[in-house]
Amino acid sequence: MRKLALIASIALPMLGGTAMAQETVKIGYIDPLSGGGASVGEVGLKTFQFLADELNAKGGILGKKVEIVPLDNKTNPQESLIQAQKAIDGGIRYITQGNGSSVAGALSDFVTKFNDRNPGKEVLYFNYAAVDPVLTNEKCSFWHFRWDANSDIKMEALTNYIKTVPAVKNVYLINQDYSFGQSVRSQARAMLGAKRPDVKIVGDELHPLLKITDFAPYIAKIKASGADSVITGNWGQDFALLLKAAADAGLKVSWFTYYAGGTGGPTAIKQAGLNHQVFQIAEGIPNLGHASADVFEKALRAKYDFSLFYPRAVNEMRMFAAAAEKAKSLDPVKVAAALEGMEFEVFDGGKGNMRKDDHQFFQPMYIASFGERTDKEPFDEEKTGWGWKLAAKIDTPQTVLPTTCKMERP
Amino acid sequence: MSDALAKIPATIAPPRPAASDRLKFYGIWIGAALALLVLPKLFSSGGSLTTFSLIGISIIFSLSYNILLGQTGMLSFGHAVYYGLGGFLAIHAINIIARNKFAIPLPLVPLVGGAAGLVFAMLLGWVSTRRSGTAFAMISLGVAELVASSALILRTFFGGEAGVSANRTKVLRLFDWSFGPQIQIYYLVAAWTLIAVIAMYALTRTPLGRMCNAVRDNPERVQFVGYDPHIIRYIAFCFSGLFAGIAGALAAINFEIANSAYLGAVQSGTVLFATYIGGVGFFIGPIVGAIFVTLLSLGLSDLTQVWQLYFGLIFIAVVMFAPGGITGLLMMHRPLLKGGTLSRVLPSYLVAFVPTLAMITGLMLAIETTVHFTVNPGEDSHIKAFGIPFDAANPAIWAVAAVLLIGGFIIARKTWARVAGSWDDALTAAREKGVAA
Amino acid sequence: MLELIVISTLNGVLYGMLLFLMASGLTVIFSMLGVLNFAHASFYMLGAFFGFQISRWFGFWPALILAPLLAGALGAAVERYGLRHVHKNGHVAELLFTFGLAFAIEEIVQIIWGKSPVDFRVPPLLDFPAFTLFSTNYPAFKIFMLVVSIVIFIGLLVVLKRTRIGLIVQAALTHPHMVGHLGHNVGRIFMLVFGVGTALAAVAGVIAGPALVTQSNMAGLLGPILFVVVVVGGLGSLPGAFIASLLIGLVQTFAVSMNGSLAGAFGPLSPDYAATWLSDIWNVTVAQIAPIMPYLLLVLILIFRPMGLLGTRDT
Repeated sequence: MRKLALIASIALPMLGGTAMAQETVKIGYIDPLSGGGASVGEVGLKTFQFLADELNAKGGILGKKVEIVPLDNKTNPQESLIQAQKAIDGGIRYITQGNGSSVAGALSDFVTKFNDRNPGKEVLYFNYAAVDPVLTNEKCSFWHFRWDANSDIKMEALTNYIKTVPAVKNVYLINQDYSFGQSVRSQARAMLGAKRPDVKIVGDELHPLLKITDFAPYIAKIKASGADSVITGNWGQDFALLLKAAADAGLKVSWFTYYAGGTGGPTAIKQAGLNHQVFQIAEGIPNLGHASADVFEKALRAKYDFSLFYPRAVNEMRMFAAAAEKAKSLDPVKVAAALEGMEFEVFDGGKGNMRKDDHQFFQPMYIASFGERTDKEPFDEEKTGWGWKLAAKIDTPQTVLPTTCKMERP
Repeated sequence: MSDALAKIPATIAPPRPAASDRLKFYGIWIGAALALLVLPKLFSSGGSLTTFSLIGISIIFSLSYNILLGQTGMLSFGHAVYYGLGGFLAIHAINIIARNKFAIPLPLVPLVGGAAGLVFAMLLGWVSTRRSGTAFAMISLGVAELVASSALILRTFFGGEAGVSANRTKVLRLFDWSFGPQIQIYYLVAAWTLIAVIAMYALTRTPLGRMCNAVRDNPERVQFVGYDPHIIRYIAFCFSGLFAGIAGALAAINFEIANSAYLGAVQSGTVLFATYIGGVGFFIGPIVGAIFVTLLSLGLSDLTQVWQLYFGLIFIAVVMFAPGGITGLLMMHRPLLKGGTLSRVLPSYLVAFVPTLAMITGLMLAIETTVHFTVNPGEDSHIKAFGIPFDAANPAIWAVAAVLLIGGFIIARKTWARVAGSWDDALTAAREKGVAA
Repeated sequence: MLELIVISTLNGVLYGMLLFLMASGLTVIFSMLGVLNFAHASFYMLGAFFGFQISRWFGFWPALILAPLLAGALGAAVERYGLRHVHKNGHVAELLFTFGLAFAIEEIVQIIWGKSPVDFRVPPLLDFPAFTLFSTNYPAFKIFMLVVSIVIFIGLLVVLKRTRIGLIVQAALTHPHMVGHLGHNVGRIFMLVFGVGTALAAVAGVIAGPALVTQSNMAGLLGPILFVVVVVGGLGSLPGAFIASLLIGLVQTFAVSMNGSLAGAFGPLSPDYAATWLSDIWNVTVAQIAPIMPYLLLVLILIFRPMGLLGTRDT
């Protein structure tokens, strides 16, 4: 009997699937909330909830309250599809996801097929962090919008910066052995070769994703190669352990990274004592001195114990609201049409636009280094006392890359 | 002498089942088929259809695993290898069929997956089935890691991290079924589930199935009667791979994507869980386990943030208190039912139910309140756990939780003892009535 | 070249010793009790988090003593009140019990310490480079780790071979029933062994915590590789586990340092095959497959020498 009750209590909410009256705008947040990726997923969830609160304080979208519905995908593509189905059953027309390009690919595929097979019930997929270029190139979809710069754009911006730094002569590439790491590596080779033919690539390493406990052998290789700079797309523990091993061995190089600011990254840099030797390419950082961004950052930090890692999420939510207002509708097809080609004043100031051809958002990019702060840098990270310092700003036009997308519009 | 020999077969062969028994036997299968037909009429939302499809897939997969664990006594940590390879081959098959416009309809694609599972089981099984026990378990662990890792290396076949996707509506249509809507996929999975379950049930009734049991129980004696346990384990392994491949192919059709997660340790672990929790000793055990674990893994994360903790605690509880799995627990009541003494234990169950429930509620209350303060500090203290709202900031919550937990435990312990006592009485009474336990 | 060989050897030994530190407890449990303890890595994680918390309050050195004691007591309690009841239902039940336990422990750690990595530092006393070789520093903490591993190895060997309790445990390994018949409390021996095993895992946790990342997913990463060490070394053989750890550490480290691939050895593949699976195999480097080497080793060992390197008993 007890078991029956338990099964019923678990099964019923799932089987019910009652379509809710649309008094709120529900956004399904499909990201890991348990397992290895949970630390990242949780920060994202709280950021989105904070943004929903911000919109609601201003009266919501078209007078409707915004609600973020957390759906745990355990970083598993299949699980994500189940969660997406569940979200759609619950009357959700907008989903957002960011962690893992494999998940993003599966979701984009799913949403496209679903909309194709269920006209009138379309669902939009807002991607805030999955950076695999194929999503806005070969496998682009009308129903997918990406606010994060894809990894090629980031590399374009990063190499535009490296072009101006003559000290970079010997570069070592170390990346995780999966689609994202591989695109970082191949683009770094191609773009560095075109912009700085004098730079030598002295090593090119791919290591398995999240499987290495000891990076000392890799560091030994970097050291033996005589590199002065390392470019890496590593994130999470692969980043932290890499830096720790480097600091242990006393490796002195500049680090050009994508995700140094991710959860645990700043702590690792501080522990390794790499003062202003680690650079990150991102669409925004604290300490840029942009007034409205500073207010937002302070409010977020007052509420949670983390800083804003996803300025792109701010752009996403604010642009979504703007697009819905512009379309005067919450119908996903109309919102999608309004988003296409939309110009937008981004979080840290400056112009961004959602390119119509491939639904990739373009925005100013910032290169920043992490280390000791001066008066100009009020914010630190993860209570380390160190903070981000701007090294260079790459404005929107210098980040634009062509696309191979052949968009199929409904 | 020859007379005596002639009589032996008559005594060994089981008696022909009576007409009523046969009716009952076939009735179960027909009833199951009818239930599968009616189910989507009762729950028609896309999510519930997906849930049913996943349960069907999980049933095939768990039963295939039980050919190893329950019937032949082989503990495998890498059964997902055959499931995953079946899935990948099926996805590639769909793509190839669609590209070349072969006249093969989607319902036949699981055969490709089954063949893939069978072939790889034949290739990898020979060395690993030489031994059973820990050696077999560890080889399966190693092979699983190797295959899962090579999925990320052999990119052109496995598609790397992103996996390989396909569009199932692009293959030849049968009777105007596009297989786009989930309901059609549900019927496809349901049909295959029924076929696979019947086939695997039939397998347990063959001499091979019996020899598998013998190998599990005493491989030495099997050798004495002239069979090679290695060969029997190998054949069982191949059958198991075949059905796992079918399950994988169905999963690939359902999701229209196959990726390295299909082959991974999580998948292998889940099937082991489902099979054992359901009960390895009975044919329907894995079916029950598959339903239970699939619902649990899909639904629990909606109800509570710390579902992993409950997941772990539930498994610990089942392993400790229901060693025969859920089915074993239910089957314990069969002799009582037959002996008509079931009514003697029911009152003590009811008595035990109240304090046990109180204890569990107290535990859940304590966990959820703790979670609120450590994981979500500063958020609204009016939280919901398992759909029940309460105010975590209220200090009385702690007192209530403590009283329920401790008080419940003290009283529940006494009632458990009563349950055990009345259980023994009922069983003795049933035995006296001539029912074999 | 010489530089790379020397450094790789050193790194390999250091990594191998870290593995041994983690696997030593499992060897003891797995060999003595036959329990496939999937929660072993969870106790390693508990050790790291206990160590982190205690070192915040009292400093690193008390943590190195207290955290393993705490984790060991927990382990003993788990054996006494959990595993012992499950034992009669066979190894699969025990295994699933530890599976469930691993799930629960991970979530409990997340509830208490959160999901993000915690800032667990190397104690200042050991925070300096011990020596420099070919301009590569070797931190004192890693050397400390090496020393602890060796001390544990020798200590365990002495206890097992030279003391009365060790003799009883060894006897229980091969003839558990006989030991029981001789009047020894086999239950208590098992509890002790399990407690000591988990305490050893916690020692590894306290030491590896600052050296690696202390995070709630650290257990999941290490689970399977520890079984590889124990099985390759041979059940019931501590020296076997020691050698297996070293072997795996060295194999993996040297594999990482090699860039060779089939393409490198036999020249690039003809362009006809560029988009086939053959080109994947052709171009993969030894370094890329380094982390799966231990599993290859495991399968080969089990096929050709099922009792493991130094094992005395068939697995």
